[in-house]
Amino acid sequence: MTSLPASTDRRLGLVIDLDICVGCQACVVNCKAWNTGGYGAPLADSEPWGENPSGAWLNRVHGFEAGTGNAAAIIHFPKSCLHCDDAPCVTVCPTGASIKRSEDGIVLVDEAKCMGCGLCAWACPYGAREMDPAEGVMKKCTLCVDRIYNENLPEIDREPACVRTCPANARHFGDFDDPDSPVSRLTRERGGVDLMPEQATRPVNKYLLPTERDGAAKLEADGFNLADYADREPHGILAWVDRALERI
Amino acid sequence: MPTVNRMGFWLGSTAPLNAFSMHPALSIILFTTLSGAGLGLAAVIGLFGHPDGSAVVPQLPLLPAAVCALLLTGGGLVCSLFHLRRPTRAWRALSQWRSSWLSREGILAPAAMLALAALVFLDQYRLTVGLILFLLCLGATYATSMIYAQLRAVPAWNTPQTALLFLAFAAAGGLLTAATLASFLPDTPGLQAIDDRFLIAATLAILFAWAIQALWWRRLDKVGTGASTPETATQLGAIGPVRLLEPPHTGSNYLLDEMGHKIARRHATKLRHIALTAGGLIPIALLLLTQMSGTTPGITLLALPAHLAGVAISRWLFFAEARHTVTLYYS
Repeated sequence: MTSLPASTDRRLGLVIDLDICVGCQACVVNCKAWNTGGYGAPLADSEPWGENPSGAWLNRVHGFEAGTGNAAAIIHFPKSCLHCDDAPCVTVCPTGASIKRSEDGIVLVDEAKCMGCGLCAWACPYGAREMDPAEGVMKKCTLCVDRIYNENLPEIDREPACVRTCPANARHFGDFDDPDSPVSRLTRERGGVDLMPEQATRPVNKYLLPTERDGAAKLEADGFNLADYADREPHGILAWVDRALERI
Repeated sequence: MPTVNRMGFWLGSTAPLNAFSMHPALSIILFTTLSGAGLGLAAVIGLFGHPDGSAVVPQLPLLPAAVCALLLTGGGLVCSLFHLRRPTRAWRALSQWRSSWLSREGILAPAAMLALAALVFLDQYRLTVGLILFLLCLGATYATSMIYAQLRAVPAWNTPQTALLFLAFAAAGGLLTAATLASFLPDTPGLQAIDDRFLIAATLAILFAWAIQALWWRRLDKVGTGASTPETATQLGAIGPVRLLEPPHTGSNYLLDEMGHKIARRHATKLRHIALTAGGLIPIALLLLTQMSGTTPGITLLALPAHLAGVAISRWLFFAEARHTVTLYYS
């Protein structure tokens, strides 16, 4: 049923630490690798070696530039399904393929029921859902539901592929309903935030924002601007060489 | 800064020329245009097509009208199937009426077609059946509009005005089709010349629909991506303005194809004018001409394709000018 559960027994999700992510894309690749071989149909690409390579990926890392002047920062920004409590992608589904599980809050697609209308992808403000180009059904992050409960795997591997592979420990997995879980503590201590709270989706996943860099404030106080050094005119002998070369 | 299109003195689109938009899929444009008119016509039949109402509108030829309504509505629904990647599973869309507007639409539109078929082909002319048919058409059109109006992620659509827009155009298309059919039966024994009231109703409905469309466009020009910005999408606004430095991939992807569609919107203002002219001004002029000249069967026949073409253009713009919040992660 594509109605949302009134509450879920657990609220499994991720904490993503933007202060730590180095943008190595390992989580992106391991997500793709696990999900093309794991649960459901393979996670397909179209023209992977052709002129217009494209394909379904459940986790992508964007690179943003925020701020100007000395405060400007480059932030690597991993983005996957936020497993929202009020997931709009679930309620719009006409076939019953899109569900939010009452036991752990994971938002899943039943690939055998999906008719590929794409309305759930329109309903998601974050772009967490992508159509499989080969299978014609909607794909999304499963929170590696086929890993986290999988007793055939060593216990250390029973977490989402993106979390398991992150070399910087920028991604954390756990139950947000447990106040003592690492994700709950991180969220509390570092002030974890929701993406686009104005969309009223109540995401489970939380983001930890980059901590303020003290260096930038000191530069600002000293009246120092890095940008002044970016495109400097040559002085002294270099200026003479520059002029001489111009004349040749 | 994106260049803003200010060519139009009236109904001028202010959409940035380089902005992303929803992908205007032909299947959905045809679906909303044709089914809207078909359900509108079915609703007119429901209200005026029963024997008790025949005194009100004597010229509505029931059988051709019903066939037209079924062809338009059914044709539109068939078009919508082409938007599905797995059309053989479309029957499953009947199951989630408790939560999904698309499911409700999938139930109500065929139910309206069944009620219409029962009313006309099984000779079940009764006021109750007519009213049920009218309500089913109203519900189906409203459900269609809510498929879009419910989406908070597309602020341009997320307004009750969208429901009003779809309902107004369904009424306009339905009444115009009914007036067109009525104009073909001037010499049928027992029937008089074209009933002016039908022409007047169609004229007023078309005027009303385009007035709503103009208001809807005005709102669209202001709303953009609503309260959401790259800063709220990333929550990095405390550092300063946010812009995309490195896209997450070198090529395109499904999200960009579907919601980050880039099309030349240089012509958005012109297209609004063309839509209004074809879908509104020409049909109204033809309706007035018919009214003034008395019985001139066929003049209104030109009005219908012009109207439907205008509505289809406005539906193309409905997608091509609407921005999805996912594009905030790509700008």
